[in-house]
Amino acid sequence: MTLSAHVVVQRGSLAVDVDLAVGDGEVLAVLGPNGAGKSTVLRVLAGLLTPDGGRVALDGDTVWDDDATHLPAHRRSLGMVFQDHLLFPHLTVCDNVAFGLRTRGARRAPARAAAAAWLDRVGLEGLGDRRPGELSGGQAQRAALARALVGDPRVLLLDEPLSALDARTRLTVRAELHRHLAEYAGSAVLVTHDPVDAMALAGRVVVVEDGRVVQAGTPAEVARRPRTDYVARLVGLVLLPGTGHGTTVQLDGGGTVAVGEEAAGPVFVAIRPASVSLYLQRPAGSPRNVWPLRLAAATPHGSVVRCDLAGEVPLTADVTTTSFAELALAPGASVWASVKAADVAVYAR
Amino acid sequence: MSGRRAARRLVPAVLALALTGCGSGGAAPAADGAPTGTVTVFAAASLTGVFTELGDQLAAEYEGLAVQFTFAGSATLATQVLQGAPADVFASADPAQMDRVADAGLPQGSPGVFAGNVLEIAVPAGNPGDVGGLADLADPDRTIALCAPQVPCGAAAERLFAAAGLTAAPDTLEEDVRAALTKAQLGEVDAALVYATDIRAAGGDVEGIAVPGAADVVNEYPICALAAAPNPAGAAAFVDLVRSADGRQALAAAGFRTP
Amino acid sequence: MSHRSGPKSRFWPLGRGDGGVPVPLLVPAVLAVGFLVLPLVGLVVRAPWRELWPALASPGVGTALRLSLVSATAATAVSLVLGVPLAWVLARSRVRGRPLLRALVTVPLVLPPVVGGVALFLVLGRQGLVGQWLFETFGLTIPFTTTAVVIAETFVALPFLVISVEGALRAADARFEDAAATLGADRWTTFRRVTLPLVAPGVAAGAVLCWARALGEFGATITFAGNFPGTTQTMPLAVYLALQSDPEAAIALSLVLLAVSLATLVLLRGNWLGRAGVTP
Repeated sequence: MTLSAHVVVQRGSLAVDVDLAVGDGEVLAVLGPNGAGKSTVLRVLAGLLTPDGGRVALDGDTVWDDDATHLPAHRRSLGMVFQDHLLFPHLTVCDNVAFGLRTRGARRAPARAAAAAWLDRVGLEGLGDRRPGELSGGQAQRAALARALVGDPRVLLLDEPLSALDARTRLTVRAELHRHLAEYAGSAVLVTHDPVDAMALAGRVVVVEDGRVVQAGTPAEVARRPRTDYVARLVGLVLLPGTGHGTTVQLDGGGTVAVGEEAAGPVFVAIRPASVSLYLQRPAGSPRNVWPLRLAAATPHGSVVRCDLAGEVPLTADVTTTSFAELALAPGASVWASVKAADVAVYAR
Repeated sequence: MSGRRAARRLVPAVLALALTGCGSGGAAPAADGAPTGTVTVFAAASLTGVFTELGDQLAAEYEGLAVQFTFAGSATLATQVLQGAPADVFASADPAQMDRVADAGLPQGSPGVFAGNVLEIAVPAGNPGDVGGLADLADPDRTIALCAPQVPCGAAAERLFAAAGLTAAPDTLEEDVRAALTKAQLGEVDAALVYATDIRAAGGDVEGIAVPGAADVVNEYPICALAAAPNPAGAAAFVDLVRSADGRQALAAAGFRTP
Repeated sequence: MSHRSGPKSRFWPLGRGDGGVPVPLLVPAVLAVGFLVLPLVGLVVRAPWRELWPALASPGVGTALRLSLVSATAATAVSLVLGVPLAWVLARSRVRGRPLLRALVTVPLVLPPVVGGVALFLVLGRQGLVGQWLFETFGLTIPFTTTAVVIAETFVALPFLVISVEGALRAADARFEDAAATLGADRWTTFRRVTLPLVAPGVAAGAVLCWARALGEFGATITFAGNFPGTTQTMPLAVYLALQSDPEAAIALSLVLLAVSLATLVLLRGNWLGRAGVTP
């Protein structure tokens, strides 16, 4: 069971042109900012939106192509989970889960039995007689997952399945979703704008920006070596493009950064905010990476304060609350920033 | 010339009012003053053609006088007059509706009958139902429209059938004579029993078949000026014109019986 | 005015606390209620109560009332069968010329009903475009039959249902239909099992409006169906004709029509519309 697709859609000013391939038992995360076109891609896969071109194949069978094959949504073997669950308000939870079985010809009793079994699997035993409105957000999303999976579809599509949940519920539902996805034999596509969902749930990540795939790889690769500002911000890195000359990188925006390994040609430099140190005076000794910068903004972030620094090399530094207090910095204040060359990642553009 | 004719009309009007003893309330105009302004006439729908003609005639005679009409069913008009509608003249196609107004003491003087109407059979052009006389309106196989017994033409139709010893076989009892005529005009009924004047006004759409005995159930049209008339002089002038020789001639030309 | 506000607010729960109605809304709302209710009060006050019972006991009244209820209900049923699909087409389909279609559907709302009746003649009458064929082929005539009453009432009342249901469909979240499609439901199944239950309150409201309009229908009915007791004389026709000869009887008949329709609407609201409030 493999999903492969080339999706071309023109929606207003957004031109979507995305290639996807998902293998059996694989979970692919489509990560991107709002409006990047990732939900559009998902709707095309589901058959809810007619693309302007391309091809969609499920298990080797083409379900949509430019020419003649246009299989409507209800005849594709897939399950879909929506952001706000979309359980039918007029049906009980059990009938919601049984809905897909009934439309595909199952009799009422066996459909209900299968639905009840799935409700047990997602931890909703005994709640089948309730109306969706009587469930909590997390329970409703579990029911929606059961509804999508009960027919054993070849493809599972998840459209921001966790983003409508509060932080605490999201944590538990994410863990359960991880368990169900691990057991799932088909191909799953998860659309999300939350890198944590992508990292936790997917085996592979595709980053979509402005309708194009800008990066693809395992979650670890993407997290370690982001290729766009968007991904870098998501994974908490500062990304600086430049040109490598030995162990020095000449930044496109001006200034240089010393790096731990040799680099040549167009490269990205990635710096973790936690590895940046701040000083009121130019630090003693001779660290190779030291820049006089200005504090543009400071935001508390758990036990650290995230300092956005402006100057020749724009950086972000995470300093402990205690250090920040000792520095007694006010926005606009001058400060020295340094980072060890060994803590700077460099990779080809 | 028109001034002299006006004076000639005005004198009998004043006399008539004085003779009937209803001159109180200053309804009579000054002897040398011609009626001016707007006179509002509430008249039964069957009078539409002939009254419009007479209204034009009156307006041509008196400079500065305009005649405004409201044509509707007599019952509707009577109700409006009873509710204080600002009418100068009320002409009814039904003495019973005039009685409602008279019982409330609203007429200026006692109402008088100025015209009568008789029933005739209206058939669509070409007479597709092959209707020959009143007996065919008692045939259940034909589609027949009569007026409802609550309205004057329906009451007259009941009397006509009773006099002829027939039981009518209507398919519909219309709310007024115009509605009955319309069904014949559209060819939806084989025959409708309506007023002779309506058939004449309908032109070539329908053909009329005279009914023997219809003259015995004449429907009478009373008219009166109203005591609360905003324009008493105009009201008197119009009523007088209707009852004059000119008025009778116009009514007769439209198919009405005149006293 | 102000010195009365104390006792007023005590006797006027609308003016208090969380259920309070802002004065700019309260005053016009009260005026609107007065405007709508006072004419009814007039009917009740002026009703000839002593003669009411004899007037109502006459067999013609029962016949007219029964015919009114039966034909209004039949017209509502026909409107549901035809109008809900039309509303769906207007709200959901991508058929071309929908704005024009929508405008055409609302024509009976602006057309004087009597003209509507004449228009029905021109189509379904003995000489009409379709009626002539029916008459010549099957010997079938529609005017002056109870069927004609139902047709006239449907013609006038159907737009109310279509507009209500289309509004409900537009307000309903179409993504539920997407969800149903991903669960294997074709468009017809989706309509039956998802869309229709979701817009049930709108359909019910539209049906009630449609029924009420059909019950009060006069102009198109008397024109197209005529007036004959037991066959085509509905209550509004009986009221109108009574008004020609006996206004007091007309008031009595109006009160009967009012009482019956009011009772029906209150019952429906309590047992059906109120319960159908589905919230997604």
